[in-house]
Amino acid sequence: MTDKYEAVIGLEVHVELKTKSKAFCHCATSFGAEPNTHVCPICLGMPGVLPVLNRQMVEYALMTALALNCRIADYCKFDRKNYFYPDLPKNYQISQYDLPIARSGSLVIETKNGQRAIGINRVHMEEDAGKLVHKGNIITTPYSLVDLNRAGTPLLEIVSEPDLRSPGEARVYMEQLRLILLYLGVSDCKMEEGSLRCDANISVRPQGQQQLGTKTEIKNLNSFRSLERALDYEITRQIEALAQGERIIQETRTWDEDRQVTMSMRSKEEAHDYRYFPDPDLPPLRIDRDWVERVRRSLPELPEQARRRLSEEYNLSRYDALLLTASKDILDFFDDCVARYPKPKVVANWITGDLARLLNQSKLEIGDCRVTPALLVGLLKLLDEGTISGKIAKAVLEEMFTTGEAPDKIVKDRRLIQISDESAVKAIVDEVIAGNPKVVEDFRNGKDKALGFLVGQVMKASKGKANPELVNRLLREELSRR
Amino acid sequence: MALTIEEVEHVARLARLNLPAEEKNMYAQQLSSILDFFTILNRLPTDGVEPLAHVLPLFNVMRADETGPSLPRDEAMANAPLAEDGQFKVPKIV
Repeated sequence: MTDKYEAVIGLEVHVELKTKSKAFCHCATSFGAEPNTHVCPICLGMPGVLPVLNRQMVEYALMTALALNCRIADYCKFDRKNYFYPDLPKNYQISQYDLPIARSGSLVIETKNGQRAIGINRVHMEEDAGKLVHKGNIITTPYSLVDLNRAGTPLLEIVSEPDLRSPGEARVYMEQLRLILLYLGVSDCKMEEGSLRCDANISVRPQGQQQLGTKTEIKNLNSFRSLERALDYEITRQIEALAQGERIIQETRTWDEDRQVTMSMRSKEEAHDYRYFPDPDLPPLRIDRDWVERVRRSLPELPEQARRRLSEEYNLSRYDALLLTASKDILDFFDDCVARYPKPKVVANWITGDLARLLNQSKLEIGDCRVTPALLVGLLKLLDEGTISGKIAKAVLEEMFTTGEAPDKIVKDRRLIQISDESAVKAIVDEVIAGNPKVVEDFRNGKDKALGFLVGQVMKASKGKANPELVNRLLREELSRR
Repeated sequence: MALTIEEVEHVARLARLNLPAEEKNMYAQQLSSILDFFTILNRLPTDGVEPLAHVLPLFNVMRADETGPSLPRDEAMANAPLAEDGQFKVPKIV
């Protein structure tokens, strides 16, 4: 039944900007402080105060908008969005309505059918609301507590076009957006702390139908996983309802993480009458070309630019490039290694292979692990010089990963130096040949695989230290001689 | 331009005002006369005039991103009708 329908998804992403102070007052934005200790008359919504715009908020907004290929407005203003909710002390939120700072951008994502540009409808600046603490969830709680530390924190709302077609695509879009924001350094993007949040608009329609179905909006999506699961759930719910001849009601729903279901919060028609009007306290912004160009020149390398650089300059595959740009720290690690040791493909293989495996196993990020670019490069040089074999190098990397010791010290202390002395290797080769007459016979009868077995036996006998090339050569020589 | 009682009730609800019946009639009349006045303004030719969001010739008023002292918590919460654990306590929301 599901494949008779198509899902249409758009995301509204809210991201807290990494400014030191709030959007319109001097209160600090730091996370995790005692409740209601970072508040002042301005962010508490007391009468008679005058909010003044934080310049850094505008700079971060411009950087983000440019990174998302948006058109920057030459004139924009702030508006008051009026509604009553306990986390909003002024009973209005300072936001941007009809003249946002930027419009019409795009973000390219990788889908299973190749790359696709997802439209960005708009980017606008606003202030965050406070935090509500419920006993249990919002529907069953007897009362709620309000902490206004977060009220007034600078926020960007990034609204996509309804271009996403599956929960998986929504997740990839969100991940790419997060990566861009992290490369820009405008937010720490911690979903678990709420500095990156997302609401999803979703509807379904029969395959091939142009007209959009009635949408619902899902809130409380605090992780990539809940985004994907809530969308999965909601798509199934809507399709089942339509199949039974029911009508979808346009409404806001909340994702219940414990029960893994979406629940109706309120009917949208009644609650949303925001009566926007220009905020008289905040003069408008004029953003001239010079300002935009200055910000454009200051932009750091973005993930997609880095991927292209890795492909073009180092001839790395798209796959490698994607893995190496998965975080700014991985990319910096890679670049640092390549600056010390100009064999990019070798470096890439070690980072995306053995090092990534160790990081995964111990659930560490590359920045937290004890292997530094200098240590990894030291290891690769030992390998190049023939001091250790590839197999030993893997073991040394594991040792480096746990102890953070230098590779040459590990090799010396644990006596791992490769045996390249011909007579020493030959002694082992002779022993192995003598001990495996049946396999030697097989080899002579044309079974090439038998050689591999013998090589393995020699390596095992030498505890992995014999030089593999030498082992191969000596074995062949000995076998052809006898 | 006569405002209906339903429209007055809607606006009152948005502002969280609980109006007795006689006041609804009174506000319907008063608000209608304000809207009538706007119909006079509406007669002015405004083709080619940009909407004006602010009357002052001020733009780009911004401050540096620096932190300053916040209020002590007891002062910030002094007017709270109900509080618990240093937070404002509010009735169930939905």
